[in-house]
Amino acid sequence: MAIISRGFSGRRSAAGAELPPGQYLTTDFPVLSAGPTPHIPLDRWEFTIDEGGNTLKRWDWKSFCELPTESITVDLHCVTRWSKLGTIWEGVSLDVLLAAVKTDLPYALFHSYGDYTTNLPLKDVVNKQAWIAFKYDGADLEPEHGGPARLLVPHLYLWKSAKWVKGMTLMPHDKPGFWENLGYHMYGDPWKEQRYSEE
Amino acid sequence: MTWRTATVVELHDETASARTLVLAINDWPGHVAGQHVDVRLTAADGYSAVRSYSIASAPSSDRRIEISVERLPNGEVSPYLTQQVMVGDELEVRGPIGRWFVWRPEQAMPIQLVAGGSGIVPLMAMIRSHASADSTAPFRLLYSVREPGATFYRDELRALSSRGDSLVVTYAYTRVTPKDWPRPAGRIDRELIASSMWPSNLRPSTYVCGPTSFVENATKFLIDTGHDRDRIRTERFGATGERK
Repeated sequence: MAIISRGFSGRRSAAGAELPPGQYLTTDFPVLSAGPTPHIPLDRWEFTIDEGGNTLKRWDWKSFCELPTESITVDLHCVTRWSKLGTIWEGVSLDVLLAAVKTDLPYALFHSYGDYTTNLPLKDVVNKQAWIAFKYDGADLEPEHGGPARLLVPHLYLWKSAKWVKGMTLMPHDKPGFWENLGYHMYGDPWKEQRYSEE
Repeated sequence: MTWRTATVVELHDETASARTLVLAINDWPGHVAGQHVDVRLTAADGYSAVRSYSIASAPSSDRRIEISVERLPNGEVSPYLTQQVMVGDELEVRGPIGRWFVWRPEQAMPIQLVAGGSGIVPLMAMIRSHASADSTAPFRLLYSVREPGATFYRDELRALSSRGDSLVVTYAYTRVTPKDWPRPAGRIDRELIASSMWPSNLRPSTYVCGPTSFVENATKFLIDTGHDRDRIRTERFGATGERK
């Protein structure tokens, strides 16, 4: 039974806006990162898919930009409790990237410039659920929001949408990434409020 | 992680817009400097709102923690915590949370802390932990505030930094300086980082906490002056300045 906070009425979210439990609506775009923002020149950028040691496919910026892109309008839910609705991105679907490789491995560890990592089941990044996004709101993605390109997996908490992404390692078993090693949930479904590993 | 009942046992204003709450929590499991808690408020009809606040106090055995809350203009929880809550009230608290932006007394290497505004709070927990553990790790703090009156923990920082050279504090004022202050009001810059932080060859560990644009600038100057990006940990709050 919750303790009632004397005199607290709160500010309910806008009519009709349905948010995951424990989230509040923001129109800002807050930034959360564990360290300095890396600045990656496009001529050094690459994205690779590997199986741990064995590189299956590699794109540089030029070949990445030749891939078909999609416009994506999605809601974002950050584990620090803000949600932002109707954000507009442009990116390449992971379905397009994964069509270039053959794999039966069920998990992936995404890694980033700046050494960030995060883990995802492969089934969560296929079938129009995940993109490598390089534009936000019509403009090139700014470095502090993950530019030149970030992973976008909007159905999970935003820490899964790795900024400055540079590759994915396919794996036979799930393996925790950066925040997952530091007490955050292995999967991170905002609708089930899977914030921390203890719950 | 379970919600625990916290009783407000003490309140004091840090600045015109920030207040420190001392919370007694019977079953508090203890924390490490730099961690935060979730605070939950619940209205009479069951509506609840949760926000995270950094712990300002050092780890101790007295089952108390302090949080310092800055009132946000359109905040939902911070106006309640800074204006309405009274001694004796009960809140719900969950934590401690966070294992990345933390300092432990076993860390013996030089430490540099860079705070922008209310970003001082988790860094103050580190400074207090350093003092209460009698740590010999040399600490430096660069603390950027809008004006002298916006300084949190002013007297305590003065007292701690006058106890020998284990803590050196440098202030930067962005809008208004004290009288006869040598540096004109303005944002931190490369020169200030270079003069107030450790030489990079000492390989200090760095913790930077503040608004996003402040952290972006501070980390850029740190890297420009030779600091290893892998030894810089950051905690940001608020939106980017450029976009609505």
